[in-house]
Formats: sequence, structure tokens, C-alpha cells
Amino acid sequence: MEAPQEVARPTTRVSSTKPAARRRSDLTGLIFLLPFLIAYALFLIWPIILGFRMSLFNWSLVSGGASEFLGLENYRELFGDPVFWSSMWHTVLFTLLSTPPLVLIALVLAMLVNRVTFAQWFFRFSFFAPFVLPVSVVALIWIWLFQPGYGLINSYLTSLGLGEVGWLTDENVAMITVVIVTVWWTVGFNFVLYLAGLQEIPRDLYDASAVDGAGALAQTRWVTIPMLSRTTVLVVVLQILASLKVFDQIYVMYTQGGLNYPVTRPIVGYVYDQGFTSYRVGYGSAMSYVFFVIILAVSVIWFAVARRREGNA
Amino acid sequence: MEAGAAPPRTRNAPTGSRWRSAIASGLAFGVLLVLAIIWLVPLAWAVDTALKPESETIAIPISWVSSNFTLDAFRQVLDAGNILRWYFNSALTSVIITVVVVLLASLAAYAFSRVPFRGRGVLFWVVLAGIMIPPQILIVPLFTEMNTFGFINTYQGIILPQIASPIAVFIFKQFFDGLPHELEDAALVDGASRFRIYWQIFLPLSRPAMAAVAIFTFVISWNYWLWPFIALTGTNMMTIPVGLATVQSAYGIHNAQIMASAVLGGLPLLIVFLFFQRQIVQGIAGTGLKG
Repeated sequence: MEAPQEVARPTTRVSSTKPAARRRSDLTGLIFLLPFLIAYALFLIWPIILGFRMSLFNWSLVSGGASEFLGLENYRELFGDPVFWSSMWHTVLFTLLSTPPLVLIALVLAMLVNRVTFAQWFFRFSFFAPFVLPVSVVALIWIWLFQPGYGLINSYLTSLGLGEVGWLTDENVAMITVVIVTVWWTVGFNFVLYLAGLQEIPRDLYDASAVDGAGALAQTRWVTIPMLSRTTVLVVVLQILASLKVFDQIYVMYTQGGLNYPVTRPIVGYVYDQGFTSYRVGYGSAMSYVFFVIILAVSVIWFAVARRREGNA
Repeated sequence: MEAGAAPPRTRNAPTGSRWRSAIASGLAFGVLLVLAIIWLVPLAWAVDTALKPESETIAIPISWVSSNFTLDAFRQVLDAGNILRWYFNSALTSVIITVVVVLLASLAAYAFSRVPFRGRGVLFWVVLAGIMIPPQILIVPLFTEMNTFGFINTYQGIILPQIASPIAVFIFKQFFDGLPHELEDAALVDGASRFRIYWQIFLPLSRPAMAAVAIFTFVISWNYWLWPFIALTGTNMMTIPVGLATVQSAYGIHNAQIMASAVLGGLPLLIVFLFFQRQIVQGIAGTGLKG
């Protein structure tokens, strides 16, 4: 996802061609692009426009369309809706709780795997394999692990003399449970990004610092971590964006395993509930738009930071 | 934590540091082994449960071993038939999506990379901006749109919203940009059409990019849950991720069968991953794709 500097490159070929050839070239380009652009317009751009239109109406899924124009009324209602705010808070809380472990554990795993010379593929497989599993498989397995009594985790806790934990139901624990499941499921992605970053650090840096008398610890602190800073920015931003979109695992663990939904329901979950359970699609669209603006803001801040860093380098 | 240091180099190193380095490596290996086991336990426990007779799944205290391991749960799940149908639905939609994504994205990328047309730069930015659109915000209007087309609970309803992939265009364009211009100059002089150059020169040469895009698209669409979950209403139209998220209510308390379903649901992609580990890992490392 690096910035596409390529686009601006002047194409000398164009300037030298004649008008007729140029028109033909325009046409050729359009023909090549058309299939993609039609799909792009129909299934990405149009829903965004339609969504905005819907957000201005009292639009219901059952009555089949726009009934009454509300202007910004949906948005005004949104900001006074306590469930909207609590859902927003759950999304933010999940992002705050999940991002640090998903970045740090990935970094530690990558540094360790990069260090060993034996059975690397096995470790790569172990940590990354969960990432390729569908959400429902992940949810079913963890619901089973989190059961009271015969659940593996509570069973081990009991045999250690510790009390059982209501992983899925306890309102103080449910969000932690979602974080644990998510770390297990997706840390492999960040791990792979870090592994690639580590392999790009030139060997000479370690050799040179060793000559200067740096031990392994000092090398980690003064060579490895600084050299990974670009990767870290990428990992952190992608993780924040991914965490803000959380919904799937929460919803499946709720419907299939009785996860405490009122204390975990994220903003995407509230959009879903309003749109498809209460059939208030206008209201749901307004919520989607507010959420979209937040996601865009994070992306734009990242672009700005990335630009400045490149400028300074 | 000495993990970040470079792998040990014994040549020229004083004996003391060689020993320290070996110990550090050993330590790293030990820690990793423990962590790998923690990561694999959930999968192992799922398989273990699926292999037990139903009555033993809720025994307290729990046990990893059973006097009579059995494949009954797998047999029952497969006999019930739903999961086979879901495999078919998932395979059909994922394969079609993958083929169409590769075609549309590579065609568009060829134009962006090689055909000098007006508005190219602007259009490319418009396409790139699509990377920032989270699919989650589209679900409500997309449902309304697909509903007007009459595509709810159909294959095309699942496939169509997934065929425009801006990130795939980006990956193909980067790859095409790296191919030398001499490649098509000779062909153009000989009067070959742009399409022939794309089809007979660029596509065959772009196999690495195509592999990355195809495998990634396949994995993502196979696993895609949110949209199919909304758009599919009938059990026999469901894909694996959607169908598996209904088994709790379907099987009640049959724990072994639920775990057998989970194992069967995860198996195809674990196999895909075993075969294409390098491409998947490189695909992520190269582009930072995330669902």
C-alpha cells in the first residue's frame, strides 16, 4: 500500500503521438478498464452513494424504500442514542485492548523465529495457521474451550486451584475473551509482516555493532527495533483499522455460544442490528457513514505521517 | 529477551560469545516451542473432541485420551449432508470470484501501466481510494441494491460484490510496471493488438503476481462471512463460514459433531495454506493486505 508515485511519471510516448492515435489510445484504455470500472461503480461506489441517500430518509427495509425525507434527522438521533455511544465505546475499547498485544506478541514471535535456525517452517505454520481459518471455525473452537466445567480452560484453572471464569458471560471478562480469541486468530498476520521486516535488516549492521562490543540485548535495542520502525508503523495502522472493523467473531460467539453481547456489541454490530433486525436501514446507513468518516480519518492521518517520515528520511 | 539479534556466527567469534550465542538460540527455541504448543492446543483439542464418543465430551475431569476414539461424529456430520453442500457453494463462489478478480484487475492494471490514455492518473487514484472503503459500511445499502436486482440468496448475490478488488489492480500494476518496455515495443511495431500483448505476453509473464492475487482472493472469499451471512437465507445456499455459524442451533448439544464440523470447515484452507505457504506469506509481506 505504498503511495503510488508511479502515476505521475510523464509518459513521453503520449506527447509524441498524433491526435488520431491518441483517440485510439484513449479508447483502448477505456476498453481495458471498462469491466473493472463497471463492477467498481456498481458494487463499491453506488452503495456508498445509495447509503448516503438512505441516511437522509426514514427508509425501511420492510415497507420497501424511501418514505419520508428527514434531512439530517437520523444523524441527530444518532448522537443522542446511548446505544450508539456504548457500541462506539466497545469498538474503541476493543481497539485499545487488542492493538498492543497484537503488535507486541507479533514482534516477539518474529524476533524469536528469526533467531532459530531449526524448524522455522513449523513455527511459522503454528502461529499463522489460525489466520486462514473462517471466523465460525474459530468461534466454535473457542466457545468450546471456554465452557464452564468441561471446558478445557476452566478445567485447567480448577486443577490449578483457581476458580472458574465466566469467559463468555461475565460482563467484566467478555471483552477480554474477545481479545484473546482475536489475538490467537490474527496475530500471525502481523507476525509475517515483522518477519519480512527483520529479513530486510542488513547483516553488516549486526557485524559492525558486534565489533563495537554490542551484545545481543544492545543490538536488539539499537539495531533491530529502530530498523523495524517502518514495519511497526505499518503494522500498528493496519491493526487499528482492522480492530475498528471488529464484528464477525463477536457476533458468531454471541449467537453460537452466548457471549455477553450487550457489553461487547461493536459499532458494526449496531449497524447490523438496526439495519437487519429493526429494519431501520436509513438509521443504519447514517451510522455507517459516521463510522466511515472515522476509518477515513485514521487512514488519512496515517498517510500524512507516512509522507512526513519519507520526507525527512 | 535476546531474540532480535542476528543468528549466531561462529567464525572469528571468541569462545565465550559463541557459547552465549548458542545458549541464546537454545533459549529462543525453548520459548518458541512453548508458545507454538499454546497456539496449537485449541486446534488439537477440537480434533480430540471430535474423535470422542458424544458422552465422553462432557466428562469431568477432562481427558485428552479416550478408550474408544471414533469417527462417528465425522460420519454423522457428513451424512447429514449440509456441510458437503456448503463445501460446494464455497468452492463454486470462491473459484468464480478468484478467476474474475484476476481477469478484471489485470486488464485494468495493464491499461494503467501501459496504455497512455487521458485521465489515467486521476482514475488510478479513484481506484486506489477504494482500498480505504471498509466492506462493513456497505452492507446496508448493498443489501437494498441486491434486493432490487433480486439477487438475495443467489450465487450471483454472493459473487458480484466481491469481484472489484482495488488492491488486486494495485498489485498487478506494480508488477507490470516492472516489466521492460522492449517486451511490447517489438510486438506493437509488428501490428499486434493491445489485447494480444496483454493476453500473450503480460499475463503469462505475471505468474508470480497472479499467484499472489489468486491465492489471496481465494482465501479471503472462502472465509468471507459478513456479506454472505446477510445475503444468504436458505441453508442449502450457505457457504462454509455462514453455515458453520448455524450449527449450534442445528445440532443442539452434540459437542463432538460441532467440533467435527469445525475441523471439516477449517481443513480445506489449512491444506491450501500448507501447499501455498510461501506465496501467502510473501503476498502479505509484499503488500500488507488485510481483510
